[in-house]
Amino acid sequence: MTMRRALLGPLGALLVATAVGSLLVLAYGQAPAQVWMLLLRGTWGNAYGIGQVLYKATPLMCAGLAVALPLRAGLFNIGAEGQLTVGALAAAVVGAHAARLPAPLAILLVIAAAALAGGAWASIAGGLRTRFGAHEVITTIMLNFLAAALVNWLGTRWLYLREAQHTAELAASARLPRLAVLASALHGSAASLALLVALALCGAAAWLLFRTRLGFEMRAVGLSPLAAETAHIALGRTTFVALALAGALAGVGSIAFVQGYKYYFEEGFTGGVGYMGIAVAVLARNHPLAIIPAALFFGTLSQGGLVVNFLVPKEMVDVLQAVVIVAVAVASAQLGRRGRA
Amino acid sequence: MSFLLQVVRITIPYALAALGGALSERGGVINIALEGTLLVGAFGGAVGAYYTHNALLGLLCGIGAGAALQLVHGLACVRWKADQIVSGLAANLLALGATRFFLKLCFDSTANSPRIAAWRTGAPFLIMALAAAFLAHGLLYGTRFGLRLRACGEHPEAARTLGVQVARVRLAAVALAGALAGLGGVWLAFDQHKFVDNMSAGRGYVALAAMIFGKWRPLPACAACLLFGLAEAAQIGLQASGIGLPTQLVQMLPYLMTILALTGGGGRARGPAALGTPYEAE
Repeated sequence: MTMRRALLGPLGALLVATAVGSLLVLAYGQAPAQVWMLLLRGTWGNAYGIGQVLYKATPLMCAGLAVALPLRAGLFNIGAEGQLTVGALAAAVVGAHAARLPAPLAILLVIAAAALAGGAWASIAGGLRTRFGAHEVITTIMLNFLAAALVNWLGTRWLYLREAQHTAELAASARLPRLAVLASALHGSAASLALLVALALCGAAAWLLFRTRLGFEMRAVGLSPLAAETAHIALGRTTFVALALAGALAGVGSIAFVQGYKYYFEEGFTGGVGYMGIAVAVLARNHPLAIIPAALFFGTLSQGGLVVNFLVPKEMVDVLQAVVIVAVAVASAQLGRRGRA
Repeated sequence: MSFLLQVVRITIPYALAALGGALSERGGVINIALEGTLLVGAFGGAVGAYYTHNALLGLLCGIGAGAALQLVHGLACVRWKADQIVSGLAANLLALGATRFFLKLCFDSTANSPRIAAWRTGAPFLIMALAAAFLAHGLLYGTRFGLRLRACGEHPEAARTLGVQVARVRLAAVALAGALAGLGGVWLAFDQHKFVDNMSAGRGYVALAAMIFGKWRPLPACAACLLFGLAEAAQIGLQASGIGLPTQLVQMLPYLMTILALTGGGGRARGPAALGTPYEAE
């Protein structure tokens, strides 16, 4: 598909979303132009706004990758939300006990814990798929709810501080510095070096997908499982690895919050980021590098909602996000078909 | 007696949503949008009842809202062939955002609507849910439409060859699913005499789980809902009596049982063959 055609869908979606959004703004008795200007100025118009967008985009990149990568292998991972939650809890617990380790080691250990826990959680779905043929769409949804209940149980029973609904804070050596250490203008925003980790993961995922044997096998399985199997690609192994990797990616998404912002685990911090990962992947057409602008776009919307909240309820952007997702999904189905014909 | 009432209270929305899910998925359309449909059903019911001061009109509004949301989902994925899972998730997001937006717009609240005129008893809903269960069963297995619907879910190409308009049948099934789940949502609002933000609270996914546990058949799906309702009511009862069984473990039950069903516990659960695939006439 040509670049121009790939951009057609998102642009059309943006147009539809602007139209729907303007109607909502009018329904609320405000002037659309004023609200849109405010949204833009409050996000990309000043350093703090940019920092907040980057902070919101960080877990979205990881969640987007966690959906896009297995989709290339024909697997729909709806479990990023649960994988993120489990990864976050593991990261927080490990980080709280890493006081004696030097900073770089402690930081890496926490990231590894998030990746391992998220990967392990997704592997359940992988195992169920390869061993029993249980469809990953259903099992990952179920695992999201299981993760929420499990984390709540572990937390309230053992892990949360007595007077609070969150875990103990990470040791100072395990925390990721804020982005402000690189660009002082970002001072005050929650963006941290987790952004660089997420960007690196997007690059790594692209390399894996297009430059390695495993990536080739994943794409082959996604295009035609039968042909892949005929070519002696191990279906089960590829499926399992794709889902485990996805879980690890989603798990790492939690560090933006746990390691870079709040320094502890708190229930509900994901705010549906795992599900938004599906939107990011759809908008990016499952290309790891396109995940970056797609995540920035949804990050902008989510931060923009907060900015305009005093004029229009911030939930307007949830509606817009839904409109964008539907429009892009429709456009990619329609354009994709025409492209093949 | 109060325990039984509690079971019925909990089971009604599960069952109505699960029935909707069964109709839609047997026609070949994956329905993750049940969650959002319950929510807009509740909101439609509350808004309708509030402004008309009439419970019956409220009920119709809720059913209409549910059907409308499902038709958006249906148009996107049946007519325009968007991915069914993506479009279902978008419908849920739309439902959550839109109900919050209009809650603020209509009632200037982020939490709940004012008190609404609703029936004092759940009896009409129990009767409607029971009727819906047997009607859905009869529709699916005893009518021409049901046969066509199942054909669209198993082998749309064959259905098309015999002159069935696949897209139209699927859209009808999805609209029916919306009406049923919307009715379940109305019950949520009427039960509390108001709409509460995000009051569906994951029930649509439990209903989806029950529908799979019942192997995509209306009556077994309802039985699964009853089972989940029993477990939930028992847990609430235990908690009230101070016997400490971790709440979370009971909450896990429906999801664990669904996974078990998918792995082959009690006969492998298999969905309709053409579930999730858009159909395009050549």
